[in-house]
Amino acid sequence: MALGNNVSVKAAGAMVNGRFKSSGGSGQVSSIAFMTALILALTIALAAILSIIAYAVVEGHTRLDLDLIFNGPSTARRETAGYSVAIVGTLQIIAGVIFIIVPLGVGTSLYLELFADKSKWWNRLIELNIQNLAGVPSIVFGILGLALFVRFFNLGFVVAAASATIAILVLPTVILASREAIKAVPSSILEGSLALGVTRWQAVWKQVLPAAGPGMLTGVILAIARAIGEAAPLLLVGAVTFTTTFPQFFEGGYSALPVLIYNYAGRAQDDFKILAAAGVILMLAVLFVINSFAVWLRAKYERTW
Amino acid sequence: MSLSSGLSAREASRSLRADSPRIGEKLIITALFIGSTISVFATIAIVAALFVPLPRFFSQVSIVEFFTATQWSPGFAGAQYGVMPIVVGTLMVVAFALSVAVPLGLAAAIYMAEYAPTKVRKALKPMLEVLEGIPTVATGLFAFFWFRPFLEILFPWLPWEGVFSTGVAGIAVGLIIVPLVASVADDAMRAVPRSLREAAYALGASKLRVTLMVVFPAAISGIIAAIVLAASRAIGETMIVLLVAGAGSPNLTFNPFEGIKAMTAYIAGKATGEIAVGSIDYDTIFAVGALLFLMTLLTNMIAIRFVNRYREVYD
Repeated sequence: MALGNNVSVKAAGAMVNGRFKSSGGSGQVSSIAFMTALILALTIALAAILSIIAYAVVEGHTRLDLDLIFNGPSTARRETAGYSVAIVGTLQIIAGVIFIIVPLGVGTSLYLELFADKSKWWNRLIELNIQNLAGVPSIVFGILGLALFVRFFNLGFVVAAASATIAILVLPTVILASREAIKAVPSSILEGSLALGVTRWQAVWKQVLPAAGPGMLTGVILAIARAIGEAAPLLLVGAVTFTTTFPQFFEGGYSALPVLIYNYAGRAQDDFKILAAAGVILMLAVLFVINSFAVWLRAKYERTW
Repeated sequence: MSLSSGLSAREASRSLRADSPRIGEKLIITALFIGSTISVFATIAIVAALFVPLPRFFSQVSIVEFFTATQWSPGFAGAQYGVMPIVVGTLMVVAFALSVAVPLGLAAAIYMAEYAPTKVRKALKPMLEVLEGIPTVATGLFAFFWFRPFLEILFPWLPWEGVFSTGVAGIAVGLIIVPLVASVADDAMRAVPRSLREAAYALGASKLRVTLMVVFPAAISGIIAAIVLAASRAIGETMIVLLVAGAGSPNLTFNPFEGIKAMTAYIAGKATGEIAVGSIDYDTIFAVGALLFLMTLLTNMIAIRFVNRYREVYD
């Protein structure tokens, strides 16, 4: 801040300090102490990340083998038990989530940014509602899933119910990111198309949407990353079953990666604790790949207008 | 939409209206609107899911007992339904979380907004976001298997009891909400106009004074918003609390060195156990969920109000 006039500011400061003796020599010391405290705080936060990764690697590295991915849960042969069933479960859940959030997220953000008349109360209600929905605890979405999808729609404890639950949970994130992506497209693109005589929807579909596409895709990918790690709502919609068979979308018990990790961690034998830590490595690795892809995508398609 | 015919209107008599009613266009926009209302229906569904079972629950448990009794033991013989112990559990987690997240988060925000060179700031933000992005199961396992034993070695004279501890759970929750506090407070401090800082510098204040006596107070509503949002996140955090604070005693306790049931952990624990649908035991999920929902709704509304206030002042 204010680097340009630092010298004059310092000179003025020296004069004032000299006259009023406000902070004097101790000011310098306390400045340095303060700065040290700030950096120390940041170091603690960053050390927390490293400690979590270190925990997973140190405790779980002995089980980083192919059994981890290709074998299912087993209480009989714990040394070779793995996550295959949970991986398939998570993949199915994510597929369902994508199927729901892409049209809903993109549609809502297009509507709110480009079509909605903000002076109408119902449009303001939608906005306020999305803002509030983003702050609802994830476990409450689990209760919603239990009451609405599992019981009311009578889907039962199946992958489809989990997909719908997680989709609603991440929907605000997707809408928010998509709206940012649309906002980043200058209005001159829309107005230029309109001036050439196309309809508003044609301008949006052919010009604004392609320009905002990569940004929206980044938002969807980040939402997927969040969906993969989300365990709490799944506890309520049935993912906690210790199933050993692959799930079907609309029938049969299922499991998901973070929930099976939780399940393994709660078992008494050490083999399962190692397995839980190995599962954490697996999950962090997947998230790392997904997030890197999002960062790469953003960098590749980032345009300055 | 009237633009589409604007250029072709050569004759003055011709109206500026589109020559076609564009029914397809209207259908698309209606479809988009309907899609947008899904989020509203989601909220309505949440409220319905939580509150519809309540009359049935409160016909068997008096509201007075619910809020004043000091034991929460649904499912046990002689079950008692005083929600206070698990609310206290949640509030203790929040208190410990904030005592970690507020100093760390604000320090990070002050450093990023006032001290860090742009390059450092640009590198720090995504790194902090990583902390937020780590699945809470992973953080919970770390806190249970490593952090708690580590603290026990570090402070052996503290009265540790059992394997669970509310305090450690709170600290772990605090760590994951540091990025939230940092990013909201950072935004608030950066929204303070430069002229305020420079006026203070011109009066001879040191950087430390400018930061603490000018920028910090000027950004206070945004900083409060950051803290309130963090509290809301801590109230709703489930996996860490479930893993580290466990499903301890149903009695009211303020001891951070033993485990306690928090509201979220109670819901998760109950839902994964064997319970009969429609029983009073089952309905406790919804009663506690409704209370949890109201608590976070309230904190979120307060936060939104504070955020809007600093936007109004400086925009």
